[in-house]
Amino acid sequence: MKNTDTRAAGIPPLPDAVLELRDAAVAVGGRRLWGGVNLTVRPGEFVAVLGPNGVGKSTMIKVLLGTLPAAAGQVRVLGARPGGAGDQIGYLPQRRNFDGSLRIRGVDIVRLGLDGDRWGVPLPFASRLSPRHRAAETRVREVVELVGASSYADRPIGECSGGEQQRLLIAQALVRRPRLLLLDEPLDSLDLPNQAGVAALIHRICRHEDVAVVMVAHDVNPILSYLDRVVYIVAGGAASGPAEEVITSETLTRLYGTPVEVLKAADGRLVVVGGPEAPALHSDRHHSDHGHAHAAAAASPRGFGS
Amino acid sequence: MNPQFSWNLVTDVQWLWSVPSVLNAYRAGVVVAVLAGVVGWFMVLRRQTFAGHSIAVTGFPGAAAAVYTGLSATLGYFGFCIGAALVIAYYTRGSGSGDTAGERAHSSALIAVVQAFALALGALFLQLYGGFLNSTSDFLFGNFLGITSADVVVLVAVAAVVLVVMAVIGRRLLFVSIDPAVAAARGVPVRAVNALFLVLLGATVAEVSQFTGALLVFALLVMPAATAQVFTARPALGLAIGVVIGVLSTWIGLAWAFFGNQGTGFTITTLAFGCYVLALAIRAVRTRLRTPAAASGALEGVS
Repeated sequence: MKNTDTRAAGIPPLPDAVLELRDAAVAVGGRRLWGGVNLTVRPGEFVAVLGPNGVGKSTMIKVLLGTLPAAAGQVRVLGARPGGAGDQIGYLPQRRNFDGSLRIRGVDIVRLGLDGDRWGVPLPFASRLSPRHRAAETRVREVVELVGASSYADRPIGECSGGEQQRLLIAQALVRRPRLLLLDEPLDSLDLPNQAGVAALIHRICRHEDVAVVMVAHDVNPILSYLDRVVYIVAGGAASGPAEEVITSETLTRLYGTPVEVLKAADGRLVVVGGPEAPALHSDRHHSDHGHAHAAAAASPRGFGS
Repeated sequence: MNPQFSWNLVTDVQWLWSVPSVLNAYRAGVVVAVLAGVVGWFMVLRRQTFAGHSIAVTGFPGAAAAVYTGLSATLGYFGFCIGAALVIAYYTRGSGSGDTAGERAHSSALIAVVQAFALALGALFLQLYGGFLNSTSDFLFGNFLGITSADVVVLVAVAAVVLVVMAVIGRRLLFVSIDPAVAAARGVPVRAVNALFLVLLGATVAEVSQFTGALLVFALLVMPAATAQVFTARPALGLAIGVVIGVLSTWIGLAWAFFGNQGTGFTITTLAFGCYVLALAIRAVRTRLRTPAAASGALEGVS
């Protein structure tokens, strides 16, 4: 497969790698979406999964979570097969909007990330008696503080803005101190200042908490300066490496198999122009943004501009 | 038989509880109110009130069929309500959260179909039985005063089972109700929890509708929970408020029905409705008070 990563299959696993993909491929319903992905992520690294809409970026997250098997190649997550290290992975699914009338506090949503999969119910007043419950409450407050959500965490989440909800959901994903954070388009549908704010927050968490972050992104620009590496997926192929090596006219032209130009704006933003028609849309993905995907599909790499 | 209401509440209560059927009504009422408060809180949170109502309507032919065949109405309620819950769970099983508009439209159409057919069946059984109009009105609008001690024992047993299961799955149910995608990633069996909740809802509705009637189940299942959610977004506090409102509406409603010669369906529903309206009014006043500057500013601008 087309690939720029120098790493080849057959090298022994790195002891400290959080994530290793070797020549990994994915098929949904017998159709191969992408393949030839080689990627190693170490603790504290920030990696973006990029590519045109409808190519199957979110399936990468599903493979790492173990909910979708890899069709080929090797995938190791935290030294185990995918799905085997559930506790140490924080996951933020593609944009969830909480209905304005949902009467649950942000802090309750964060708490569910900590112990929502346990049996039983928290006993009233237990937090005053048992050290374990006290520790849980302290941890929730701590992580809410970390994402800067203290001032609105006690409000019903439906009343919070999109950016506020996203910060609370990041807190939920972080509350168990995961070693790997999987984020599916966390900046989608946020306005520009909030995109910048949430991107900076994710970068800070990545560095200070030593959490490896794999983030599916539609637009690379808000996170470009923070990235250690990118994986660029197109129909059938993939390239991975540092952003400045992958998001270039040469690499993308080779990947797409048709002339593509990467332009750099004066402020450092990247704009990708040209590129082929996108493959036909696959109805089994991107349920939530049909119209959106359709509009962007006409000039697939356009997602890089904004 | 019908004493006058006096302002000496102690003698009123003593008198009420000295009548066995009324005492049974009070006992059953508290069980039903607690159960409906807890299960109803989750139902409102999950926006499954329409499903809850359809399950209740299915209870009507259940009870009619049971009476027609000489079985106890209770058995009919439970059989049909849990059956309807299973049908709804089966046909909405793919939806996980039931969150997309398409899935919601599909399941609400299905639920409406079940509901209409259930009512028609109920009418059939009544016709077969040959005119027991009093019971018809009880099935639809409720009657607390025919409860026997045996009924109370059944209710307590069912309520205990439902509440224990709710306590065991509580946290997972909340997770699945609010955040199915993350819950699934954390290994919570989303479909199984959703189906189990519907069965618990079926059992609860079967109990509640014996008191409020099939058409007025929401008096205890939705109104207290909805009122609680107006007051607070805290889960534990919300559940507690819902239960308290349910118990108070039931108990005061029973006394009102008895002294005032009204149907329990009307009195209990009216009290619960009053609580909800009061909650909305309190919230409106609270919001007004929270922004006094804006309000007074507007007034000054006018004058």
